[in-house]
Amino acid sequence: MSKMHAVTMNRRQLMQLGSATLASMGLAGRLYAAPASGPRFLLVFLRGGYDSTNLLIPYSSDYYYEARPSIAIARPEPSSNTGALALDANWALAPAVRDTIGPMYAQRQVAFIPFAGTEDLSRSHFETQDSIELGQPASAARNYRSGFLARLSDTLLGSSANISPIAFTDALPLAFQGNMPVPNLSLKSVGKPPFDERQSRILSDMYSGQHLQAAVSNGLELRQEVAQQFADEMRAANRDAINTKGFELEAERMGRLMRDNYRIGFIDVGGWDTHVGEGGAQGSLASNLASLGRGLQAFSQSLGAEWNNTVVVVLSEFGRTFRENGDHGTDHGHGTVYWALGGAISGGSIAGEQQRLERHTLFQDRDYPVLNDYRAVLGGLFRSMWGLSPEQGERIFQQMAPVDLKLV
Amino acid sequence: MWASTPASRRGAFEFNPARHDFAPKTLLGHAVEGSGFGEVENAVKLIVHQPACARFISRQLAIYFVADDPPPALVERMAQTFMHSDGDIAAVLRTLFMAREFDSALGGKFKDPMRYVISSVRFAYDGKPIVNSRPLLNWLNGLGEAPYGHATPDGYALTELNWASSGQMSRRFEIARAIGSGNAGLFDPEDGSAATVTGFPQLSNRLYFEALEPFLGARTREALNRANSQQEWNTFLLSSPDFNYE
Repeated sequence: MSKMHAVTMNRRQLMQLGSATLASMGLAGRLYAAPASGPRFLLVFLRGGYDSTNLLIPYSSDYYYEARPSIAIARPEPSSNTGALALDANWALAPAVRDTIGPMYAQRQVAFIPFAGTEDLSRSHFETQDSIELGQPASAARNYRSGFLARLSDTLLGSSANISPIAFTDALPLAFQGNMPVPNLSLKSVGKPPFDERQSRILSDMYSGQHLQAAVSNGLELRQEVAQQFADEMRAANRDAINTKGFELEAERMGRLMRDNYRIGFIDVGGWDTHVGEGGAQGSLASNLASLGRGLQAFSQSLGAEWNNTVVVVLSEFGRTFRENGDHGTDHGHGTVYWALGGAISGGSIAGEQQRLERHTLFQDRDYPVLNDYRAVLGGLFRSMWGLSPEQGERIFQQMAPVDLKLV
Repeated sequence: MWASTPASRRGAFEFNPARHDFAPKTLLGHAVEGSGFGEVENAVKLIVHQPACARFISRQLAIYFVADDPPPALVERMAQTFMHSDGDIAAVLRTLFMAREFDSALGGKFKDPMRYVISSVRFAYDGKPIVNSRPLLNWLNGLGEAPYGHATPDGYALTELNWASSGQMSRRFEIARAIGSGNAGLFDPEDGSAATVTGFPQLSNRLYFEALEPFLGARTREALNRANSQQEWNTFLLSSPDFNYE
């Protein structure tokens, strides 16, 4: 049952194996060991429409300060090492992530893509979340059995790349619905495996020939694997060696699993729908951002050298209104800011199409416009990461020409 | 004038005239005069009288009780009942439960977490009131269907595709083990006093022999034969495909 031992091949052994062997280790609904190389992709979905305006602060816009009398974040001051961190002449980074994302940005491992989003104008959480996870053209009727991460996995299966998809969630997200059974497991708590090998086999056998067979086997194997992987962490915890909690601990675990076995990951984080009492430099949004920043930092560290082979994209279904509302919060908007992180990306920049943010340039006099379509941006990233052909790209995102932001 | 009427509250629901917009409105092509809470009642009547409402509710019920893609003829008959009975849900359900499509679909619906958890506990302890519902809530949380926990107004999913993931199945097996191997904390009073029931439940009971055993699949029977304790037998039964569908 333990697949951990198969992992530590060196690069030369991997080349000797040849791609034919790798392809034959294919995914017939079973997990398998992937060699310690190859691109890794993690999608972090912030559910609720996070307020991107108070993450990537448009401090050169006077209207920002007029529009947010109680929640705007003060302009960066060069002499200060708290407060917003200037990234360039127009944008500053929220104080809440200054110490985590700030250094990564300075090392060119983070890029931000403002004015990003979808064509969906419903401003409805579940509609727009579904729209993004399916990644299908707006004109076609929705097929709820085909998410874009599933199509990415399918497309890569045919090539010599190794992919092991995983959702670090309690339920399988729409993005991974597809032909291939994708294992899912939340890493909030990892206890000892409840079933031994014999019991796991009996449970699996009950489902043989039934269409849930792959899901059942995957789930049992993944549980075993994760419990073994983190057995040492639990011993360390008993010696007070670990002091982190919440998303940070989860993210550290995710990093270890993606360092070793998994290549395409998904996690979602909630609590971003700040209609009331959002706060500015401090407050509920700032706390959530701080936790996210620590988590991303922990993730990058636990990947070790494989951080250079990894790309993380952080996104949300939409941004929020440029102006604050009557409850010191913000309401559903349109354009948002996506993050791209990775050890070897060409970061340290604000990427994609941009424009000034003044009252008359707002979308529908309320929101950021969308100048960078998410399918074009993700499509461009995937093409570069895995060297996909135009036909392969088209299978993942139909009717959407990819845009290369030159991040990878 | 209107603002002097006090707010009305029931539970977490509140209608506060001082925050209400009394301007006349148009809903679904009908004029709605600004009269206060009466507008809400009018709005509900307007919505319920739409044929689309009858079809929507009938379809949701048919998905829940019959199949993920229910027979359109059944949904239409239910919608007709809805419209003729002015929205009488009991009448609509009667149309559903008396339908031959309902009978022929039995055994094909994947249980959502609520049905899985409740049917498991009822099977184990029918007739015996539990003392502590915390384990139930924890299980529902872990399976992704905490009561009233769905963040958006579309409600929890009703179909197998949305529930039957690998993580869901693993968690159900663990819950099966908890229920099959002990009292699962269901009889441990919150005040810390002694458990009112201890030990594991007897699942090979009369209900099992009458309603489950005759219909068990071959693979499930094989698994039950391989159990080397009553607790394991219980766990395998509650984990079986037979028990996860109804």
